Amino acid sequence: MGKTIVTVLGQDTVGIIAKVCTYLSDNNINIEDISQTIIQGYFNMMMIVDTSKTEKPFADMVKDLEVIGEGLGVKISCQKEEIFTKMHRI
Amino acid sequence: MINIFEVHETNEMIRNEKLDVRTITMGISLLDCIDADLDRLNEKIYNKITSYARNLVSVGKEIELEYGIPIVNKRISVTPIALVGAAACKTPEDFVTIAKTLDRAAKEMGVNFLGGYSALVAKGMTPAEENLMRSIPEALAVTERVCSSVNLGSTKTGLNMDAVRLMGEIVVATAERTKENGSLGCAKLVVFCNAPDDNPFMAGAFHGVTEGDAIINVGVSGPGVVKHALEAVHGEDFEVLCETIKKTAFKVTRMGQLVAQEASRRLGVPFGIVDLSLAPTPAVGDSVAEILEEMGLESVGAPGTTAALALLNDQVKKGGVMASSYVGGLSGAFIPVSEDQGMIDAVRAGKLTIEKLEAMTCVCSVGLDMIAVPGDTPASTISGIMADEAAIGMINQKTTAVRIIPAIGCKVGDTVEFGGLLGSAPVQAVNTCDCSEFINRKGRIPAPIHSFKN
Repeated sequence: MGKTIVTVLGQDTVGIIAKVCTYLSDNNINIEDISQTIIQGYFNMMMIVDTSKTEKPFADMVKDLEVIGEGLGVKISCQKEEIFTKMHRI
Repeated sequence: MINIFEVHETNEMIRNEKLDVRTITMGISLLDCIDADLDRLNEKIYNKITSYARNLVSVGKEIELEYGIPIVNKRISVTPIALVGAAACKTPEDFVTIAKTLDRAAKEMGVNFLGGYSALVAKGMTPAEENLMRSIPEALAVTERVCSSVNLGSTKTGLNMDAVRLMGEIVVATAERTKENGSLGCAKLVVFCNAPDDNPFMAGAFHGVTEGDAIINVGVSGPGVVKHALEAVHGEDFEVLCETIKKTAFKVTRMGQLVAQEASRRLGVPFGIVDLSLAPTPAVGDSVAEILEEMGLESVGAPGTTAALALLNDQVKKGGVMASSYVGGLSGAFIPVSEDQGMIDAVRAGKLTIEKLEAMTCVCSVGLDMIAVPGDTPASTISGIMADEAAIGMINQKTTAVRIIPAIGCKVGDTVEFGGLLGSAPVQAVNTCDCSEFINRKGRIPAPIHSFKN
């Protein structure tokens, strides 16, 4: 597996980054870049992560992060990078 | 490196603007299944479809999950059955056994539609093709997922008016045979002029004889995304309007191209084409009519509608062509009535008539689509509508089609419910002047001249 984009969308709250980072580190997933901003009043965070060393199946990772998001009251998605690069880069 | 705003834009398209891949359609050739023994033919057809398409649905779901993009339908198209069944089927009833086999294979594979119960009769009909056409009402009544199409004419051959006459009768018979379900059979039956070999969209998908053994075709969608993009340039000039549609179509198509290539790689089946279509659904905000209204029309159907649709169709193609290595199928804006809430509203309010829809089909991607008419509409009138639509396609060198539902027991103003993506259609008024003497003439309308274009 190559690069994956993890996005968090919702109300800002304490511990979002900590929780997501702990999960990623526990599963041997390296974070290459983090950026965050407020878009239309919502907290938006994006991480570019390298999933090549994890043994976690992609589907499980999607589900786990969704559950963590639900616990924090935010929406966490996990998508392979190509969906974005294909759409925005020629 | 990709930035947070680009990621946000893509995800907004998916979450709030109903961007999706409408269909991954696997085309499968059944030519090597041909056999003079009907039982053996059915067995070979079932085995070939289920061996090629075994992983189609699971691969579709995998891609959906990994990229976070909904893939609404996974479907199959096959070689026109009139060709495949010609050696074995001596009666319409024989052909119905193949329809049942196709339905069984579709259910086993978990696809919601399988297209290709078709006949290509642009110039003439073989006895097998006529038998298949006569079997359509029964075939669509006893199956759930089989879709049927008939090509009645082309720019190169002219119009087969014997087939046009017959298909008017077949549409009425199909409506009658499926009247308990709102004449649903007719929603799975389309007649074409200039039918493409690689269309991934139903009901008209079939795997043309010019194709390889199997192929992956993908149909994209995204009316909601285009509408949202146009909201941001409200009141701007035509250059800005066109550029905005083009850029949006490019982005939408790139996603389709990615999905097509991934599906092709994972299934080990060659990539065919991306069909750049704006395919609406009955959901609010997923409507082609709303795009036209956003351009500045009070309602779809107003004067200016045909020009707005022409602009939209052309810019979608211009943007999409650069985004995909192979473009094909129908490509453009679909204007079905029952599958587009904006169209439904306009018809209900009396602002959009069949005659205006016919004018719109001169510049849209296909034709008169998912239109319900009173159940007592004569077969000759249905044939007349088909002939008009086919003539538009023949003369203008474009694909046109008719998917019309004479809703048995319904009158103008009633609503027919089909459910799901097929939506619901208000029953529309049809011009009641008789055309039977014209339709009852035998023979063909010759191919048109290709010069002196006026």
